[in-house]
Amino acid sequence: MQNREILPPPMLRIGPLRWLKDNLFSTRYNALLTFLAVVFLYLTLHPTLEWVLWHARWDAIPANLKLFLVGIYPMKDVWRVWVCVYWILLLLGLSGGLWGRLAREAALIVGSGAILLLLLPFSWMERLWILGAVLGLFGGLSIGWLLRERKSWRKDVIILWALSPLIVVLFLGGLPNNPLLSPVGTNQWGGLMLTFMLAIVGIASSFPLGVLLALGRQSSLPVIRWISILYIEVVRGVPLITVIFMTSIMLPLFLPAQVRVDQALRAMVAFALFTSAYIAENVRGGLQAVPRGQIEAAKAVGLSGMLTTFFIVLPQALRVVIPANVGQFISLFKDTALVFVASLLDLFGMAKSILANPDWLGRDREVLLFIAFVYWLFTYFLSRMSRRLEKALGVGER
Amino acid sequence: MPAPQTVIPLWRDVRVLRILAQVIFVITLVLVANWFYTNLSRNLGRTGIHVGFDFLHLTAGFRISEGISFESTDSYGYAFWVGIVNTLRVIGIGILLATILGLVAGVARLSTNWLVCKMASVYIETIRNTPLVVQLFFWYTATFLKLPNVHDSLELPGPIYLSQRGLALPVPHLTEHFSSWSYFLVAGLVLACAVYVGRRRYLQRVQRPGFPSAWALITFLGTSALGWFLLPRSPIAWEVPVLSRFNFEGGLQFTPEFAALLTGLVVYTGAFIAEIVRGGILAVSKGQKEAARALALNNLQVLRLVIFPQALRVIIPPITSQYLNLAKNSSLAVAVGYPDLFSVANTIINQSGRAIEMILFIMGSYLIMSLITSAFSNWYNRRIRLVEH
Amino acid sequence: MDCVETRMSDPIIVAEDVHKWFGNFHVLRGVHLTVSRGEVLVICGPSGSGKSTFIRIINRLEEHQRGRIAVDGIELTNDLRNIEAIRREIGMVFQQFNLFPHLTVFENITLAPIWARKVKRSDAEKQALELLERVGIPEQAQKYPGQLSGGQQQRVAIARALAMQPKIMLFDEPTSALDPEMIKEVLDVMGELAASGMTMIVITHEMGFAREVADRIAFFDEGRIVEAAAPVDFFTAPEHERTKLFLSQILHH
Ligand SMILES: Nc1ncnc2c1ncn2[C@@H]1O[C@H](COP(=O)(O)OP(=O)(O)O)[C@@H](O)[C@H]1O
Ligand SMILES: [Mg+2]
Repeated sequence: MQNREILPPPMLRIGPLRWLKDNLFSTRYNALLTFLAVVFLYLTLHPTLEWVLWHARWDAIPANLKLFLVGIYPMKDVWRVWVCVYWILLLLGLSGGLWGRLAREAALIVGSGAILLLLLPFSWMERLWILGAVLGLFGGLSIGWLLRERKSWRKDVIILWALSPLIVVLFLGGLPNNPLLSPVGTNQWGGLMLTFMLAIVGIASSFPLGVLLALGRQSSLPVIRWISILYIEVVRGVPLITVIFMTSIMLPLFLPAQVRVDQALRAMVAFALFTSAYIAENVRGGLQAVPRGQIEAAKAVGLSGMLTTFFIVLPQALRVVIPANVGQFISLFKDTALVFVASLLDLFGMAKSILANPDWLGRDREVLLFIAFVYWLFTYFLSRMSRRLEKALGVGER
Repeated sequence: MPAPQTVIPLWRDVRVLRILAQVIFVITLVLVANWFYTNLSRNLGRTGIHVGFDFLHLTAGFRISEGISFESTDSYGYAFWVGIVNTLRVIGIGILLATILGLVAGVARLSTNWLVCKMASVYIETIRNTPLVVQLFFWYTATFLKLPNVHDSLELPGPIYLSQRGLALPVPHLTEHFSSWSYFLVAGLVLACAVYVGRRRYLQRVQRPGFPSAWALITFLGTSALGWFLLPRSPIAWEVPVLSRFNFEGGLQFTPEFAALLTGLVVYTGAFIAEIVRGGILAVSKGQKEAARALALNNLQVLRLVIFPQALRVIIPPITSQYLNLAKNSSLAVAVGYPDLFSVANTIINQSGRAIEMILFIMGSYLIMSLITSAFSNWYNRRIRLVEH
Repeated sequence: MDCVETRMSDPIIVAEDVHKWFGNFHVLRGVHLTVSRGEVLVICGPSGSGKSTFIRIINRLEEHQRGRIAVDGIELTNDLRNIEAIRREIGMVFQQFNLFPHLTVFENITLAPIWARKVKRSDAEKQALELLERVGIPEQAQKYPGQLSGGQQQRVAIARALAMQPKIMLFDEPTSALDPEMIKEVLDVMGELAASGMTMIVITHEMGFAREVADRIAFFDEGRIVEAAAPVDFFTAPEHERTKLFLSQILHH
């Protein structure tokens, strides 16, 4: 609401009393509403504030911060997480410089967030790392800004983004027989890092599958269409938690005995299977939005079906569904908390396990509020951005 | 002129190619499925598990903390049924309350009252942007379990008691006079029908608008009220929960698990419904309002006759899918220990080791719910389309 | 007349008794047509008479259910190779342009040569420039279709079709979606194309164009070609009542 581009009408100077009258007491009924609202606020906020100010014991959070952020990831390898963060921030900065207002704003918001973190009472070492992140972001921003006239860079940056999940996974997971990047199994991933990795790997792997399913659902070949519909509808008809549960128990049963799949990977498979059905439905909307004339024109110039899909249909369809897919990513990000059924220690799982520790008994409210705030921060930021993106792309409301 | 080429090589015939593509697709799928199946049977053979549904008759040997009565000597099959009933219970009540909350919050967000509007926004934006399971956990461990002991329970008007043991509410029950009162109810119903039909005929004859249903409702309420006052004692009484030595007795009692799950689901789904309601009203009210005003309808009439019916049409399909989400999200009961179908099945798996069968059951149950919902949704959409044309 | 005779002996499109149904609706009811190499055939007729369906059948955007069609000696059957070969011989221009909105003008033109005809990129680009030159808009190469006027878009569409080096061009009401002041620029391009010896089938109601450029005009009604004649005869002495009625309606504007 605040982000309209239209200029506001010339401001009348409105005194606070006038404002109160207009917005809270315009009619008798409104005055009553205001009164009730104030009573309600008092009844709820008063004990809450009292608790936050006097009774809450927040010590569990700084004491376990490392666990919340990266779980039991080896301390000596934590720099790799930082490098990944730098990489993403650098890309974000580059995009902010290269693209228009929206990307730049996103980069600036993240940058200010990082600067705010600097003000919190971290150790000097930690502050140095954060400072590096800020520098990476603004470095990327300035490079992108300098290169903004060269359109070809945009394609390169998109490719880098697309490759990022792979790069990050390799970097965090390490390589066998590599002294610098020694292997760190996914059973050692945890906390916010695991939450992000689950969401990112989940969306990245469900995307191609979802696109194929959407194409299958629109196919003129009945068998392919039916099977795609069957898959999509079955998956959309069951709760995600049951899919995670299923892969966590049954995936090993379906694979040869010598193949070992650890829990985090099983959860990622679940996310990929589940989210692909939803992505497929989003993409289908995009496919339907491509006019028939486009396909006919492609046929008429002699492109085969495959080339038509790849060069004509998908680029147009996918553009339309970017916001919907960002929405999908957001809900996937929230849904990662469900991996508690597979006993994984993501942000939520970590909170649960810390609360189960007798040292931190009774800190439920504090810990849960803290992780809820972390989830909220990212989700709210992403959903604001996606709403803006929707407007910027001119995609109509659904 | 070349002679028409009659025989087309099979591999170049588009019709054949279309069939061929599908056959190859199916063969690939079958091969993959077969590979999974071989692995599965080999793995099962190695661990000595066999697949079958005969275990459903075996004795469960565990207790279920709430729901229809269940003994540990009952069978696994019956335990799962108890879970299904518990799921349906939370879904039913949840849908009702979430709808009310969503309507209120959605309208509140459109309110001209600044404070009310902001409160609704904060509610919606907070709830929608945090994971449901975190909220559920918060309601359970950080709210309901932190309530005072039963003996110091919070008393809300009603009386409703809140304590660590959950929620205790008064419940209406029928007294012995209810049977006499039921005659009045039947009579009221018959009268109401008669009034409805008569009034409608009359309105049609004089060709004027009116509300025959309102007349019927008033008739029905009037007759029942008459009966209520004529009887020596009221036909319905409130049974109030009373504190005994260890817990409340009588009245309606909800365990903290159920209360937490219900609260979480309602608050979460309500926020999504609120956004749908808001969107629906906004979508309709833009142009329609002026048009209706121009037809000289007053404000209330505008809302009742123009905006609401149309908004409903926009709102109902997405709300239906929110109901479905609520149903699916009820499986998060396992996070707070409420014995819904998913967590009962989970227990059965731990007890009997029959993972494959139980997972089929779980998915089947949710699929059936989804199918029913989407059948309803399709039926509704078709009806709407009929009305539109 | 002599000239027409010799052309007649070299048919490039042959359609015999072509039928087409949409469900139960009999759209084409036995179309017979022969087009000679280098001929410009204008098709006119009332809306809904099946003109578009007919020319879309020629390059298999629709499938005919009875009859026979041959293009440059290639039978139009279910043989994939024949379909591809025929599509390669034919370029098509649509009423709604159907340019690819996510590609630049240049990419619109080079896409098919590079991927479907496997031409080297540099050659395809050189050719695209020549074609843009030919349709008179070389300066718009790097723009997106949405940034061009309707007339310019249609000229790009013509260039795009020509980039596949077709022997035949089909036009389905190429000027109907254009503002009046842009019609001429497109018709001029089409006139030059005709003069260069291209075989063309043009559905249009631009009777001025038909009179000047067409070798023959065919009148379509209710799924059949009612009559076909050289422009002079067609306008001065139409044989059928329906043709007369149609002409009187269309020429009164
Ligand atoms: N894909 C289709 N499905 C069903 N009917 C169609 C289809 N395409 C065209 N028609 C019908 O076929 C008839 C002929 O259409 P068309 O060839 O476009 O006519 P013209 O181009 O002469 O105006 C019209 O009545 C039209 O409604
Ligand atoms: Mg047409």
